[in-house]
Amino acid sequence: MNATANATERSRRSDFEAIAARIEPGASVLDLGCGDGLLLDYLKQQRQVRGYGVEIDDANVLDCVKNGINVIQSDLERGLAGFDAGSFDYVILSQTLQAMRHTEAIVMEMLRVGRQGIVTFPNFGYWEARLQIMAGRMPVSKALPYQWYDTPNVHLCTIHDFEAFCSSHGIRILERVVLTDGRPVRLLPNLFGSLAVFRFEKLK
Amino acid sequence: MMRGCTGFCILDIMNTAAKQGSVGAVTARKLHFDAPLAFRGGGVLDQYELAYETYGTLNAAKSNAVLVCHALNASHHVAGWYEDQPDNIGWWDNMIGPGKPLDTSRFFVVGVNNLGGCFGSTGPASINPATGKAYGASFPVVTVEDWVVAQARLADELGIARFAAVMGGSLGAMQALQWTLSYPERLANAVVIAVAPKLSAQNIAFNEVARQAITTDPDFHGGDFYKHGVLPKRGLRLARMIGHITYLSDDAMMEKFGRTLKSGAIQYHFGVDFEVESYLRYQGDKFAEYFDANTYLLITRALDYFDPALAMGGDLSRAMAVARAKFFVASFTSDWRFAPERAREIVKALLDNRADVSYAEIDAPHGHDAFLLDDARYHALVRAWFDNIYTSLNAP
Repeated sequence: MNATANATERSRRSDFEAIAARIEPGASVLDLGCGDGLLLDYLKQQRQVRGYGVEIDDANVLDCVKNGINVIQSDLERGLAGFDAGSFDYVILSQTLQAMRHTEAIVMEMLRVGRQGIVTFPNFGYWEARLQIMAGRMPVSKALPYQWYDTPNVHLCTIHDFEAFCSSHGIRILERVVLTDGRPVRLLPNLFGSLAVFRFEKLK
Repeated sequence: MMRGCTGFCILDIMNTAAKQGSVGAVTARKLHFDAPLAFRGGGVLDQYELAYETYGTLNAAKSNAVLVCHALNASHHVAGWYEDQPDNIGWWDNMIGPGKPLDTSRFFVVGVNNLGGCFGSTGPASINPATGKAYGASFPVVTVEDWVVAQARLADELGIARFAAVMGGSLGAMQALQWTLSYPERLANAVVIAVAPKLSAQNIAFNEVARQAITTDPDFHGGDFYKHGVLPKRGLRLARMIGHITYLSDDAMMEKFGRTLKSGAIQYHFGVDFEVESYLRYQGDKFAEYFDANTYLLITRALDYFDPALAMGGDLSRAMAVARAKFFVASFTSDWRFAPERAREIVKALLDNRADVSYAEIDAPHGHDAFLLDDARYHALVRAWFDNIYTSLNAP
């Protein structure tokens, strides 16, 4: 129980660090699906960002308020109508891409509202996932801790899938980092990386 | 202790339970002001009184004061009850008291009856010292800006240079918003609930029907009914009935009344058949007994005229640029009077200015009146907000 919580905390932390490393100090940041707001809190401390979170869940909104994070309660599936084009330096979608129904629409909205987008997602091409599928079962792991019947993840993808999506949607990838247990993976990242971090912008 | 415990005893216990967490018996006070107040729309009051109540204790640094602004038909009696009227409980008693979301053991809470009101502050029914007669129709048309000026003067008298927060729902929230524009340095937080940055044509239309009901009542006498010894009760009653419909959602009304018949069978007449008719008539009658018709006109007009963006050519973002407060904005999904989209206009303007703002859209079925009700999610948010303010007060 505690080991799992610690592992979740560690993977969360490496996600935070990977995102913070890609953000210019003092930037304006919109964090979509910001949860309890701790990523924004981290970015405030580490990068002095001016940040806002967007969140739909009541309990998460309350946690953001408790954590002193600016949060706007709104449904991402309905887009970002309340936000002007080009109004943020970065729009972040951390560990949320795979749980979105309107995946395509939200990525395009990120690039309308933000100069750059940053997404992180669990790589479905990770060897553990492949192995479990080869064994005939849907993958369940630290990064994908859900059973097929109760998962919020409806749009899982691999690193190669996301890159193909970008090239077909006029998106230029500025940076790609692949991590396993918080450590960068350079050899066969789509096979050995569990977490993917992409920074990207719209092709002019 | 338990001697002869009858029905009375149970009532006592119930009363005690209801009053737990209450500020208890409170006293309304009045302050007299001699400095003339010039109104935005013309007219001056050379002197006036403000009725107010306070709960809790102002700390040594005078940094823990919270102003609570009232909406259309409420007053300075925000929490607690009166010794001689134990059933007269403050209009936001579920929100404010010891251990409540706005905790009076931590904060010094101020409630004030606005100018033009009918609960103790100088209003149309007050005697104009210059004439010895009630102001009546001659009372200046008040605006939200005027109210905020008067509230700031009260704050001066109470030794409050800066509020930890100014808070309100509906028209009360408009005052909190106006505070951030009129006196940006005099408040740290604005808690604005169930509000719009200005009324829509439909909002104004409802107000106009209510005003027409009052001004066409034969007992209105152009606003000077006091000297005729009559009250335009029929008009006020209608005005209240119309207003009341807009405070509730369709679902809430259906839930509460459905098509239930008062006598169990349709009577084929124009008297009361349906429960909802009986309820509206009762609410209207009750209201017409205690509310002043001129106050109703003034307050609905203050609502109509509120539009902070107007001075900036309709650009709310530019209007909000002077605000320095941290904002907590909340709306209710079933509120069709000030729908969530309207609150989001304010949020958008604050985002444009990179102001500190959090916005909650509370899924509540009760309509506009939800801001007065005890919804767990809503109250938890307000509690968390004030917890943070309290922490910041005690931070080095």
